[in-house]
Amino acid sequence: MIRATILVSGDPQSLSRGAEEVKLAIEAELSFYGLANEIEVGFGGGVTRVDVLPTVSIYPEGVIYGPVKPADGAFIVEEHLYKGRVVEHLLLPTDALVSGQLASLPAGKEGKQYAEKRVLLRRVGVVDPYSIEDYVAHDGYFALGQALTTMTPTEVMNVVRESGLQGRGGAGFPTGLKWSFVASRAEETKYIVCNADESEPGTFKDRMILEGDPHAVLEGMALAGYAVGAHEGWIYIRGEYVLSKERLEQAIRQAEELGVLGDDIMGSGFSFHIHVHAGAGAYICGEETALLESMEGKRGTPRIRPPYPTVNGYRGLPTVVNNVETLANVPPIVLNGAAWYRTLGTKRSPGTKLYSVMGDVNITGLIEVPMGITLREVVDIYAGGMKAGKTFKCAQTGGASGSIIPAALLDIPMDFASMAEQGASLGSGALLICGDDTDIVDLAYTLVRFFKTESCGKCVPCRVGTAQMLEALDRLRQGYARAADLARLEQIAGYAREASFCGLGQAAPVPILSGLRFFREEFEARLRA
Amino acid sequence: MPECSTLNEIMEKYGGDREALVEILRDVSQAAGYVTAEDMATIAQRLGLPQSQVHSVASFYSLISLEPLGKHVIRFCQDAPCHVAGGQEIWETLERELGIPFGATTPDGTWTLLTTSCIGACSVGPVMMVDDEVYGNLTPGRVREIIAQVGGGV
Repeated sequence: MIRATILVSGDPQSLSRGAEEVKLAIEAELSFYGLANEIEVGFGGGVTRVDVLPTVSIYPEGVIYGPVKPADGAFIVEEHLYKGRVVEHLLLPTDALVSGQLASLPAGKEGKQYAEKRVLLRRVGVVDPYSIEDYVAHDGYFALGQALTTMTPTEVMNVVRESGLQGRGGAGFPTGLKWSFVASRAEETKYIVCNADESEPGTFKDRMILEGDPHAVLEGMALAGYAVGAHEGWIYIRGEYVLSKERLEQAIRQAEELGVLGDDIMGSGFSFHIHVHAGAGAYICGEETALLESMEGKRGTPRIRPPYPTVNGYRGLPTVVNNVETLANVPPIVLNGAAWYRTLGTKRSPGTKLYSVMGDVNITGLIEVPMGITLREVVDIYAGGMKAGKTFKCAQTGGASGSIIPAALLDIPMDFASMAEQGASLGSGALLICGDDTDIVDLAYTLVRFFKTESCGKCVPCRVGTAQMLEALDRLRQGYARAADLARLEQIAGYAREASFCGLGQAAPVPILSGLRFFREEFEARLRA
Repeated sequence: MPECSTLNEIMEKYGGDREALVEILRDVSQAAGYVTAEDMATIAQRLGLPQSQVHSVASFYSLISLEPLGKHVIRFCQDAPCHVAGGQEIWETLERELGIPFGATTPDGTWTLLTTSCIGACSVGPVMMVDDEVYGNLTPGRVREIIAQVGGGV
């Protein structure tokens, strides 16, 4: 049973500054204390400026020491791992981190230890998702109670607005503003729809919330309903998420029995009902208007926008469509206030962000970190560095709204605005980390194949364009393409980008366009002479 | 072939609601393995919809099948994260072990081999779903074990 992992930074600079000796010293000391079987040691990446290398990171705590000499390494084992005390004087200086946005562990160790800042995931894995009592015991439904008894709907909306919360589905639209559009409509019936059709390749953040903390989504929806004057909500969940659906349905039953959902919630006179609507296997239904079509029992093809769902949504009525992660942000914002929320993340993008990390790194999985930390920090700290022998080539952010991020952008703060300025996108929060041996043409082929499979067929630029792009990429991949074919591929990609009806078709050529932008020589190297 | 009572029960559950068309078709497909032309005619009549519309919806969604599937259905993820993690080798192993290409059903009706888009288990890729179960960290050896286990056990 491994209880801890130690990573010594193993980049060339660290190695030249004695990382190998530090690792050996740590291993010897672990054997001395009889800890070798329960603590593993490996090489990770280098996170920071050269003068604090090599660093030693200890997980699961996420404590980082640096610079570490061999004798320090032995001391850290004795103090931290044997006696359980953090070695304060060897901690990495906070200013050595590029963004300064890393989360810290609370209470007593503030500003010293780096760990995930858990706002959305604080209950995931801690509470029993089948137990509403567990949820309530961890501040559950407090925000709703507070809102219904002490706040007007407008006040709830204003808190969300002032918090600066942006939609977490990929586009980053201000949530409070979206709500205000619906609140200002005169129609008597309005709806809240939770978009739980998570299907962007590599994205599994929403599933973790739905499975681990389903009540948080229900509470967020009820607060949204109160703020905009809606009394009914739907969760559109993808058909493949069988377990999430089961847990949501159970959670709704419990909440209705307890009186925190349903008629006259907590005696406030406010009623809110939630239904679950399962999809049947179609990526395009994550697009909000296609989702609404599907909810109405039709083919999931997108509608023309405007009018937006805030005006003409479900059943033609004003509808808020919010992503799961967005809604899960609402209860803590209402409970703790906008000012608290703005202490997290960056000025332009407050709050935390969930990322699903995978690919050529040592630790894969879901993390929650403040907005604005850099990709380098994600890779080197949270993902435990690149796999042995690999160096970072690029990251692919998830699905339709994502893009390829090359090494040159490793130190750009990851928030919606900063990424947009670089012509890149956060996407849905998937981070596929690719090592230097990744074949960019093959990666582009795989990504475009996804869009071709999932094209709904409504418009020509997407339906025909994805097929043509895939065919051209396949020829290139196999070495049959000539220079004129590559020029043609780029042209078709441009048309699909400009002329497609919805986000899916507009995103389909992005792997090609951003691949060519950052790695053109790799495409050209595949051309037939 | 669904027994008439199954279709009735499903129609009953949704109470003739036209908005539930996608869910009705998916439930029928799941209960019976696929949706027949007769099923679609019945559904169209009960909901007061043209048959063409029911067929149009049924053919749109990947979890609604209009053809009989094998006893066990493998849905293999072919998206980038699984592909980068070694998916191609697993793809080839599946085709070789079952002796059928993707999209086909074995002659004895035991296996149907399909691809799926991301099922959100990317940190343990490559991944496939066998019926309702998700299997991750696949290797060619593990795939052979799963096929033997699931195919032999039922």
